[in-house]
Amino acid sequence: MTGGPVPVMQIGDTLLVSLQGDLDDTTVVRIEEHLTNEVARTGAGGMLIDVSGLSVVDSFIARVLTRMVAMVRLLGAQVAVVGIQPAVAITLVELGVPMGGLDTALNAEQGLALLARLRRADRRAG
Amino acid sequence: MPDTDDIVISDQSDLIRVRQALRAQARSAGLGLVDETKLITAGSELARNILKYATGARGRLRAEQVAAGGRRGVRATFTDEGPGIEDVGAALTDGFSTGGGLGLGLPGARRLVDELTLTSAPGSGTTVVIEKWQR
Ligand SMILES: Nc1ncnc2c1ncn2[C@@H]1O[C@H](COP(=O)(O)OP(=O)(O)OP(=O)(O)O)[C@@H](O)[C@H]1O
Ligand SMILES: [Mg+2]
Repeated sequence: MTGGPVPVMQIGDTLLVSLQGDLDDTTVVRIEEHLTNEVARTGAGGMLIDVSGLSVVDSFIARVLTRMVAMVRLLGAQVAVVGIQPAVAITLVELGVPMGGLDTALNAEQGLALLARLRRADRRAG
Repeated sequence: MPDTDDIVISDQSDLIRVRQALRAQARSAGLGLVDETKLITAGSELARNILKYATGARGRLRAEQVAAGGRRGVRATFTDEGPGIEDVGAALTDGFSTGGGLGLGLPGARRLVDELTLTSAPGSGTTVVIEKWQR
């Protein structure tokens, strides 16, 4: 997949994405649109977003991330956010950005297990 | 590494420069990673406020090294010549926003730094000074 603001890898019906660097707002919003479109296009059932490459997440970036997760869920896919740096987590909590709705895990392996759990629960509920 | 950074804040792409300058200043001052991240994030929120509420009104950041009592730190001064803030106390309260935001930028920034001073009056712009010190 080329041309997107961020590379997306697909394994089975799960999309893997890694966010890195100091992202400007335009890029953040383009990533949000791109990933939402990719879920719709591929019919993926899950998406794993690795944010370990983000050293700063301010309220705007956090808000776009939570909004994107909500949209992807509306499309019927589950999202796990993995690898939040400890300094970023501490900062977000103190800043007071509400991010309680995100499903998070320490690393990619645990994130995939979390996705599988979420999808089983989803099937039972639906 | 110069001791002082001066950055114009007039476009969202300037946020990256603000964050880079604060990162460099935090490292020169010997702040730890958590304090560095808090300082950068607080600065990013204050620069966002300038872009949102004082558009085109000569927004600037001056970031500099400070020292006192054998400790070092960073002072970052955000100024603009925008509309100013009517009720400074309210603006520093969680959940107060005149722009449909969550109202967490100013109070959140205050929690992230050691010192935050907000000076503003309607018609005379806004100055926010934050400081983060070595532990
Ligand atoms: N530089 C500024 N010039 C004029 N008014 C400001 C400035 N910065 C903040 N304000 C005022 O203070 C209020 C609170 O700011 P704060 O950053 O806490 O919240 P917000 O920007 O409205 O929402 P959020 O930061 O959560 O997106 C703003 O709604 C605005 O009225
Ligand atoms: Mg704000």
